[in-house]
Amino acid sequence: MTSSTADTIRLRVSRYRPETDSAPHFDEYDVPLRKEWTVLDGLNHVKNEVDTTLSFRWSCRMGICGSCGMTVDGEPKLTCGTFLSDYAPGPVTVEPLANFPVARDLVVDITDFLQKLPRVSPWIIRPDEHRNVEPEVEYLQTPGQLDVYRQFSMCINCMLCYSACPVYGLDPEFIGPAAIALAERYDLDSRDHGTSQRIDVLGAHDGVWACTFVGECTKVCPKHVDPASAIQRYKLKTALHTVKAFLLPRGAR
Amino acid sequence: MSPSGGTPTDLRPYRPRISTWWWTRKRSYIVFVLRELSSVFIAWFVVFLVLLVYAIGQSEAAYRTFLDWASSPWVIALNVLSLVFVLLHTVTWFALTPQAMEVRIDDWKVPGFHILAGQYTGLVVVSLFVLWLVTL
Repeated sequence: MTSSTADTIRLRVSRYRPETDSAPHFDEYDVPLRKEWTVLDGLNHVKNEVDTTLSFRWSCRMGICGSCGMTVDGEPKLTCGTFLSDYAPGPVTVEPLANFPVARDLVVDITDFLQKLPRVSPWIIRPDEHRNVEPEVEYLQTPGQLDVYRQFSMCINCMLCYSACPVYGLDPEFIGPAAIALAERYDLDSRDHGTSQRIDVLGAHDGVWACTFVGECTKVCPKHVDPASAIQRYKLKTALHTVKAFLLPRGAR
Repeated sequence: MSPSGGTPTDLRPYRPRISTWWWTRKRSYIVFVLRELSSVFIAWFVVFLVLLVYAIGQSEAAYRTFLDWASSPWVIALNVLSLVFVLLHTVTWFALTPQAMEVRIDDWKVPGFHILAGQYTGLVVVSLFVLWLVTL
């Protein structure tokens, strides 16, 4: 291994092998510094040319699949959209996403999120039937109705928001930013009638009220979803729901 | 996917611990913690106001005693510190309001700076009213 030069940049990569290691350590690799190379390209170079034992997740390389989230110099990032040249002359520290158990090297275990997500029923719920939508019926929507929820539908489940959220780090029961943003996405959909179901889940102690509005989820979101906004708006919604349930007869709610 | 014979319980994941000092790691975390801390000083101002009203309700002598106590250096120092935190509290929460509430008129989303302008206008109006009240 040579030292970093103008044409190369050093990656400090967190390594954890569960068979042998009790805690992660750093390995260093020098990779070519090219204008168009991302951190993910650097990691793939290491995997292909230097050390085949390095483990990390990736798929699309274009910010759509949400697989390649990692901590780059302390910030949660999609590594496919994070350019090495922005960190020159380096070194660049690459660690797994914070707040999740580390399965191996840069791979985290997101089972917790996968179990939480279906609890908020992130699909269109119709009032009249058990089926979600009639396949042969068109449910029309105006551009204005689409605009109401569109930003929340951009979530790619990349987990950067969970990684940035100190509340989730300290209290893993918290249902978390992406799940609540997706609940809001369906609540705001003019075709959906599932709000009352979701409010029961999100109004609980591990729901929206666990959030203290740190706002980091929104800052790190690569798709500009603004989960912090979704959570605060959901707080208002659950509060109004509680007041209405207290004041109004059942039929008027 | 686990290899054949293996189960996810064999993963032996590493679970990092969160340091007590996690909030010193980033500037935005520090601002957040200061904003949360500012509630304590808001509470102090409420207590101070209640003590003032109570003293006025007692007698003129009690009010004089209160004023003497309130002009002691440590109370002034505490109140100046509290004022700084109350300003931080106001500015940071005002700045967050457009994120917490979306105002729509038909299909038009009211821009955040309109909400902010409304808040600061309200603050000025209430402050002027209080100023008029106490200097009456």
